[in-house]
Amino acid sequence: MREISFVSLNGVLGYGYPLASLESAMRIKPDFIGVDAGSTDPGPYYLGSGTNFVRPAQVRRDLAPGLRAAVDHGIPLIIGTAGGSGARPHVEEFVRLLYDLAREQHLHFRLAVIWSDIDHNTVLQGLREGRIRPCGPVPELTGDAVRSADRIVGQMGTGPIIKALDAGAQVIVAGRACDTVIFAAPAIRAGFDPGLALHLGKIAECGALCAEPQAAADCIVGRLRADHFLVAPPNPARRCTPDSVAAHSLYEQPDPDCFYEPEGRVDLTGCEFVAADERTVRVSGSRLLPAAVPTIKLEGAALRGYRSVTIAGVRDPAVLAHLDELEAGVRANVADSLGRQVSPEDLSLRFIRYGYDGVLGPLEHDRSACREVGLVIEAVAPSQEAADAALALARATALHQSFPGRKTTAGNLAFPFSPSDLQGGPVYEFAIYHLLETSNPDELFEIELREV
Amino acid sequence: MRLYDLAQVVRSKNAGPFTVTIDLQFTREQDYRRALESPALTPANIARLYDVAPDDVIIRPFARIRTIKVAMPRRVSSGGPGDRDVYGSQQHFPLADLEIGQAP
Repeated sequence: MREISFVSLNGVLGYGYPLASLESAMRIKPDFIGVDAGSTDPGPYYLGSGTNFVRPAQVRRDLAPGLRAAVDHGIPLIIGTAGGSGARPHVEEFVRLLYDLAREQHLHFRLAVIWSDIDHNTVLQGLREGRIRPCGPVPELTGDAVRSADRIVGQMGTGPIIKALDAGAQVIVAGRACDTVIFAAPAIRAGFDPGLALHLGKIAECGALCAEPQAAADCIVGRLRADHFLVAPPNPARRCTPDSVAAHSLYEQPDPDCFYEPEGRVDLTGCEFVAADERTVRVSGSRLLPAAVPTIKLEGAALRGYRSVTIAGVRDPAVLAHLDELEAGVRANVADSLGRQVSPEDLSLRFIRYGYDGVLGPLEHDRSACREVGLVIEAVAPSQEAADAALALARATALHQSFPGRKTTAGNLAFPFSPSDLQGGPVYEFAIYHLLETSNPDELFEIELREV
Repeated sequence: MRLYDLAQVVRSKNAGPFTVTIDLQFTREQDYRRALESPALTPANIARLYDVAPDDVIIRPFARIRTIKVAMPRRVSSGGPGDRDVYGSQQHFPLADLEIGQAP
């Protein structure tokens, strides 16, 4: 029976996986190894600042055995969203690490690096031509929003990875890529059904999160055939069940019946999930409904200021009963005393009151009596210096702020640390999360071949 | 009865930086049906709890695993200024406190 098989190392490169799982997975002689190395989940800071949310030592730990296994078996290793966000600095750092590993282990291979940075002018042109629309509940894109973005990437589809494979690349380091395409591209290239290939990719990109017990920090094996695919964890301590795999269709998706890819909509309404054996699930019926015009999802992060925070505990009942008055008093006094460093309209001061309404804020409907509260005071301002100064002022003011019925005239707050104030660095925001219609999506992603 | 007490899994997570999705999974078919058919579980009620527009709240049943999926816009995008929950992992409240009424 014709089949293409692979091992997905884990949910995010750097989150760890048992080496025994990879060894066990390699025994079925997979056709390739793939791993998703990024996510927008940790927020816009990482795309904006060009840094990874996983530390290099952990990326190295997870990459080394996968690279070794791929080279030893003569099969491709495909890494998607290298460096966490997939922009140029992320990919460059990742490639440096890859070269270090190759040198140390005396490994040689043809490398394809696929860049995913999108030029601001390309986006502005798309905007002028009416080819950009919001991806979900996102404001309409404006020229100012495009220009405000420090960095823009596009999520590549299967095309650039297929091209890199055609060029004989054994290791493919892709910038920002749809999670699915890491696993779907080799299968589509080999002529397998794209709907099944993309659905299998969707399941496999999270590692063993589709198994029970769930774990993003473990491998999963996928095997795609003409009219179905099989999914099973190599780790004997886990298993896939029809429910565990079906449940994964819900994960971080707004709709359980379908998901969207550059190539079109993958319809899951006709899917069947059945047990192939005690640990393996067989899935059939996923269908790709091709889009009239392919779209590329754009992500852009814009700098919104600099953050400084302090953390303090409150135990006194009178302070707890007057948190709103305390905050209002601090705001008024800070606005009066800011001086010329930062104007009040450029300063954003926030009080997050854990134990009271810290998580939900204004949506909290249960503010019942609490014994103590963890107070986080945050200042965001146009420079780090201004944020630090405003925060220091707010912290000192909050410590001594008076309010009706106050007994704590020597101080309202318990600071656990000295220094009490922590710099949070630059604050970014997703300014672009939009779809770009383009008849030639692959042209946006430059492929660079190197011999390592 | 509260949704939180009836469901076995109540989880929330970002579906992209601008959307939060809440899954309510039930062990028993009758609990799933009871929640799904409850007159309290409506886009209008959820919109009121989360201060979003009713038209933006989506409720999707996934009968195969007795799960109800709710999706709605985040009020602040993930990790942006003013956000309180970067991963969206604790946004199942206040929905989980929703009273869905007596068993039929």
